[in-house]
Amino acid sequence: MRHRVATKKLGMMTAHRKAVLRNMMISLFKHERIRTTKQKAKVLRSIAEKAITRAKVDNLHNRRIIAKKIHDKPVLDKLFKVIAPRFAERNGGYTRILKLRQRITDAADMVFIELVDRKEKAAKSKKKTVEKETEKKAPAKEAAAKKPAVKSEAKKTPAKKSAGAKDVRTASLKNEKTEEKTEEKAAKKPKEKTVEKTVVKDTPKTKAKKAAAEEKKA
Amino acid sequence: MAVPKYKTSKARTRQRRSINMKLSAPTLVECGNCGNRVLLHRVCPKCGFYRGKQILKPEELA
Repeated sequence: MRHRVATKKLGMMTAHRKAVLRNMMISLFKHERIRTTKQKAKVLRSIAEKAITRAKVDNLHNRRIIAKKIHDKPVLDKLFKVIAPRFAERNGGYTRILKLRQRITDAADMVFIELVDRKEKAAKSKKKTVEKETEKKAPAKEAAAKKPAVKSEAKKTPAKKSAGAKDVRTASLKNEKTEEKTEEKAAKKPKEKTVEKTVVKDTPKTKAKKAAAEEKKA
Repeated sequence: MAVPKYKTSKARTRQRRSINMKLSAPTLVECGNCGNRVLLHRVCPKCGFYRGKQILKPEELA
């Protein structure tokens, strides 16, 4: 009989379990969709929905109670100011669990748990995919001699960017970095132009035509 | 101590196993988007669709 047994232990000791669920709740509110196992998701659903319900009333008391579990101020603010107001009209059922396939290593049932009104960041993801495509295709189109140069540029630029952003405070490196940056810009501009052109051309229909044309040439 | 009087015959063993150890094929339905055979209530592992929506992006699959 499992009467009066409310907790699912998830194969962890109490402190471990609490820590895991706390981190998962923070991740859920941060990213709005996370991938876990089915069992964890079902426990998480319970505590996350209770937190959202409480967050609907934004006062010091509620904030303190939830802050016990969400040790991340930006996420706490997001919960109270962004997420909870979105669910003002909804009484419970704020999350959705979507079953995926089993994990390959241990055959655990994997799921997505997401906020019901989560919206795809369509613009961002599209940009990323476009960039990937162009990175692949742009060098292929240009002459073979240019290939290595373009690739090396593409690899260098993101690294430099991040490094530059971090080291802006250190004055000693500033001059060097700025020089590099200007070089980057110079290198980037012509590239971007070519990239845009390729994007326009590379619709699925034209792709097939191009492939055929290339085959003929060969 | 109570002990079986007779050895369990091959027939009896197999009769028991034919029922108690039966394997069942999983129930599969066709994916509404790509026609792939999928487990019920599962996001299609091939095209990433579930209930008419793209859940997994193509690059997230596999």
